[in-house]
Amino acid sequence: MSESIEQTQTHSSRYADASLVRTKFADTIEEIIEAIGEITLVAKREGLVELMMFLRDEPSLKFNYLSDIGGVDLGEFASPRFAVAYQLYSLTHNHRLRVKVFLEEDDANLPTMWNIWKASNWLEREIYDMFGVNFEGHPDQRRILMPADYEGHPLRKDFPIKGY
Amino acid sequence: MQTREIVVPTSSISMLRKPDPLADTRMTVSMGPQHPSTHGVLRLELVLDGETVIKAIPDIGYLHTGMEKTMEKEKWQQVVTITCRMDYLNSMGNDLGYCLAVEKLMGVEVPERAKVIRVLLTELNRIASHLVWFGTHAMDIGAMTGFFYAFTHREKILDIFECATGARFHQSYFVIGGARYDVPDNFIPLVKEFLDGFPPFLEECKRLVTGNKIFQHRTKGVGVISKEDAIDWALSGPTIRGSGVNWDIRKTEPYSGYETYDFDVPVYDDGDVWSRYLVRMDEFHESWKICNQALERLKQPGGSVKSDHPKLKLPERDLMKQHIDVMIHHFLLASEGFTVPVGEVYQSIESARGEIAYYVVSDGAERPYRVRVRTPSYVNLSALPAMVEGSLIADVVAVIGSIDIVLGDVDR
Repeated sequence: MSESIEQTQTHSSRYADASLVRTKFADTIEEIIEAIGEITLVAKREGLVELMMFLRDEPSLKFNYLSDIGGVDLGEFASPRFAVAYQLYSLTHNHRLRVKVFLEEDDANLPTMWNIWKASNWLEREIYDMFGVNFEGHPDQRRILMPADYEGHPLRKDFPIKGY
Repeated sequence: MQTREIVVPTSSISMLRKPDPLADTRMTVSMGPQHPSTHGVLRLELVLDGETVIKAIPDIGYLHTGMEKTMEKEKWQQVVTITCRMDYLNSMGNDLGYCLAVEKLMGVEVPERAKVIRVLLTELNRIASHLVWFGTHAMDIGAMTGFFYAFTHREKILDIFECATGARFHQSYFVIGGARYDVPDNFIPLVKEFLDGFPPFLEECKRLVTGNKIFQHRTKGVGVISKEDAIDWALSGPTIRGSGVNWDIRKTEPYSGYETYDFDVPVYDDGDVWSRYLVRMDEFHESWKICNQALERLKQPGGSVKSDHPKLKLPERDLMKQHIDVMIHHFLLASEGFTVPVGEVYQSIESARGEIAYYVVSDGAERPYRVRVRTPSYVNLSALPAMVEGSLIADVVAVIGSIDIVLGDVDR
């Protein structure tokens, strides 16, 4: 795979060393994937808030900036069905990290990150709107882009592209 | 007549009647979605006490067209036609971010000349976008004249885009692997003419608005957001640099060869509308510096503007006429498109408004499985209540102008 080596050299985004959390949060972290120069931390929902709190406050990591929360629908018949990816960035150390959580369709609940990063407010509302993932403890969980009385979640794969 | 005896002091009238709806001094005002100072179709629900804003609730989604959903059904190379329509004032930057993300996923290296063209056009687009901001922001506050000056010069940049790409707004000029085609011969003189005339114009703008005492009174100390809050709300671009955070993705995670250009990142500490104004006014000059350097590099002759990667480059006509396999390759590329290796990537760049990032997931097919766009306007707008609550209603207009939202970017 000479290609992937080349990639890490040409693209200069820096990704953090996540080995520090591997032992400390052994129950929460399922695996740490390194691909195309990016590090993904696959985590369980249990203990996610504590993990995020640690990632924000630990001086050598200091992920004080929540760049984005992105949802992915893995397909109508997939199990787990949803993936939610938190893109973290550290303004202090200039490095990034992705924390990914997989969710079952009939139990699509996540704890809110409102108490850790305020930026999560609208980002979580958008995922609730587009995928129907419920964020427990969110201060204002309403639809944001679609009308309030809209039915269905448009970015799910079983939602027709023309709409209903 | 006993009238004298039923005269009561006015202060106790309310006790005799039903509760007066006007006695509650709070009033809810729906501002927008057709209000000119909301820069599109933003609706704000403002709870007012007199002229003071108690609570502000932004209502968005009027321009939501499901672009992320549409991207899932387009082929990889067709998605650029959608990305440039999101933030229609900074379309070059949007295309660039998407192309970089897919190039990272495919492991494709872009030729040097294409990088220079990308930097030059993206910076010109940043100037054009800031010019629209300058004109409309000043007009919102009441300085009408700046608008006409700004749009005259923006027109020149749009002419440059038309010369290079054939389109003024939605260029879709950057493609995966480089640029769609090389710039024409009259491109360089046209850019040179614009760049030479720009610094005097910038001085004129500064004399017109920056030194204006009314403008300063309307902007200084208005819409303040502290450094800590700015980070917490994940602001980006000039909005966070106006709060004293020195963060520019072109410097911290350089792409397209930005590390080889000489430019500074303007930062102001006060976190008010005035600071954000000064940041953008300085960015005009920095972008102008980058454009000049890129133009010098573009004068060097030759070189391809598109990657030689077999998936990205269409085969030569002559070879197609001789070899059936080359013909098949061309046919498949043109009809089915190309596939991208399985994986996910998060690529962020500095657009005119802040961090625009693409989280692209590929399942190995000829269409993206999922393209998630983190748009700067959306995240910056979410901090609007934190900036305006407690200030006057007239300041809301100034604050909206200062975070420079584009509703196409917010709603997608």
